[in-house]
Amino acid sequence: MSYEELTARVRAVIAATQHVPPEKITADSTFQELGIDSLDGINILFAVESEFNINIPDDAAQNLRSVRDVIDGIAKLLEGGQGTQVTAGV
Amino acid sequence: MPHRVAVTGLGVISAIGHNCNDFWQSLKAGCAGIRPLESVDRSLLRFSSGAEVRDFTAARYFDEKELGLLDRFAQFGVIAAREAVAQAGISWTPSLRESTAIVTGSCVGGQTTEDEGFVNLYRNNIPRVNPFTIPRTMENAAASRISLETGVVGPTYTVSTACSSSNHAIGQAFWMVRNGAVEMAITGGSEAVFSLGFLKAWEAMRVVSPDTCRPFSKDRRGLILGEGAAMLVLEPLDRARARGLPILGEIVGFGMSSDAFHITQPSPDGAARAMRAALADASLPAEEIGYINAHGTATLANDATETAAIRKVFGEHANRLAVSSTKSMHGHTLGAAGAMEAAATLLALKHSVLPPTANFTEPDPACDLDVIPNTARAAEVQFALSNSFAFGGLNAVLVFRRAET
Repeated sequence: MSYEELTARVRAVIAATQHVPPEKITADSTFQELGIDSLDGINILFAVESEFNINIPDDAAQNLRSVRDVIDGIAKLLEGGQGTQVTAGV
Repeated sequence: MPHRVAVTGLGVISAIGHNCNDFWQSLKAGCAGIRPLESVDRSLLRFSSGAEVRDFTAARYFDEKELGLLDRFAQFGVIAAREAVAQAGISWTPSLRESTAIVTGSCVGGQTTEDEGFVNLYRNNIPRVNPFTIPRTMENAAASRISLETGVVGPTYTVSTACSSSNHAIGQAFWMVRNGAVEMAITGGSEAVFSLGFLKAWEAMRVVSPDTCRPFSKDRRGLILGEGAAMLVLEPLDRARARGLPILGEIVGFGMSSDAFHITQPSPDGAARAMRAALADASLPAEEIGYINAHGTATLANDATETAAIRKVFGEHANRLAVSSTKSMHGHTLGAAGAMEAAATLLALKHSVLPPTANFTEPDPACDLDVIPNTARAAEVQFALSNSFAFGGLNAVLVFRRAET
């Protein structure tokens, strides 16, 4: 999976969870700009875990402030061997 | 004329003691009951610790027929109530039974029973669910069983406000005794949280610590769930004195508020309003308070917010207050938390020893209170608060007074 594909899938997941159109979400959007609070954040992580079949540790989850933080965090987990049917690449 | 309200009985079952005395000895020693979970498969969870009631044999307390009808949360509630009622040395008469209230708190009731039934139904394809599931699961199961055992026929009900449940329950009972609506009350809360389904739900909330509970510590990583119960017997102080009983302490104030802010994020304003309401209800200036048994869950959000709320209410006096979170030892028992912490606070006042915040490693500038780190402290305190702040933004605070000697 390319970084672009990963980005697109993360944007789609966040859009679906937040009930907003995907075009409103860019990789550089911060959670604050998108009005994502802590409870929305854990809901997004739950959706992302299901989408990529990964387990995001609590400590990693605490420092997410932007869409890019989520994308990079997932890329790291996929590189580390988590998830199925995907090969991470940038 | 409102009555002064005395506590004449106390019962506890917890991870740090199966009775009131053992509970107190553990608190005083700063001894935590947080250990690797035994009741569920830890490999299925991101966290692995809990404050479970260990070495508990239900059959020592109940016969088989009773056990069939009692979820673990109700068993705990009844056991704590038996201890409290025995200590209060109550001689039941038909009239006293009519004018006694039972008010309990529980957040999730018999969810372990529900979980077992659903595992059978959905996973094991057993199409029948135990016929006692409903009476075991209902959140008033403990209150109803205590009523059946004691023969109490007065106002009996259960309050469910997440982590504030038993502070709300005790507050209702306190007000009923104070205004003369009842002559006596059995009140507190009980909880049994350790089923896989429920723990997975907590895991998804990402607020449970992977190791231990370090309230107010800079490196705190979340709460640790606990189970158990605590029950109090309340009656008018004059009546208790006339009975010649030792008085364990008094409840002198109760305050409530709702944040109307966020469904899970705490608000310093809501917490402060509840503390102020409790002090006003007690007709007590803030400067009279010497100790606060904090809500102190050890989540990043709670401890900093609670500190800010305490500073708002107490101003300069906050620097002279001792504050500790006994959740560091008995865990966060949700709907039983307020009751267990009421017991801890009453015992602290009675014995002139303030229980510590255990597992404390490093001060956090956002929690800059005197949190009694790790070692109990001898201190004669006249008045103390006990805070409960729930998910859903519902706050309940009790004010206790040391028994006059």
